[in-house]
Amino acid sequence: MARIAGVNIPTAKRVVIALQYIHGIGPALAGQIMEKAGLPLAKRVSQLTEDEVVRIREIIDREHKVEGDLRREVAMNIKRLMDLGCYRGLRHRKGLPVRGQRTHTNARTRKGRGRAIAGKKIATKK
Amino acid sequence: MARSVWKGPFVDGYLLKKAERARGSGRNEVIKMWSRRSTILPQFVGLTFGVHNGHKFIPVLVTENMVGHKFGEFAPTRAFHGHSGDKKAVKAKE
Repeated sequence: MARIAGVNIPTAKRVVIALQYIHGIGPALAGQIMEKAGLPLAKRVSQLTEDEVVRIREIIDREHKVEGDLRREVAMNIKRLMDLGCYRGLRHRKGLPVRGQRTHTNARTRKGRGRAIAGKKIATKK
Repeated sequence: MARSVWKGPFVDGYLLKKAERARGSGRNEVIKMWSRRSTILPQFVGLTFGVHNGHKFIPVLVTENMVGHKFGEFAPTRAFHGHSGDKKAVKAKE
């Protein structure tokens, strides 16, 4: 059982994989952390010594913004755009794509599931 | 892709002159301008620009946070008034 950066506790997996359960650590960063801590990639979380856990924790604390801090930073950046009244902020406010994608069709990730249009005929199959 | 740093920020030359003159005159009047592509520089902070949106001039009071953005970002060029029969959209209109 290892607690790193707050909540993360996946035990049976390899450490590189387990680290990616932390918000803000992906494949690339996980690899770098392993290298810096001097751990072999095959190592599993259950095989970590107390000392190694501390080493990983220190690297993350010192060099990387993860979990709550990272989420807050992202939310702040979006809030800044919204308060500024610039185009990107307006798009965030309206829940539409921000980076110039088309909205005639698609854009369902931002817009959510389709809403029914009053009076539109339903296409019937012959 | 972001613009190369060595080029420096892009600003249409006439804006610098206009801004300087507005600073000098002291009065805070709207500086009409069409250069939506110009970057907002630190020396523009506190001035009000009338940014053209293709139809009229939108007054934009430049604050510190806006530095680094382009003027065009603050004057939307499209007016969306909602779809017909869509009551929610009419309410959400700004």
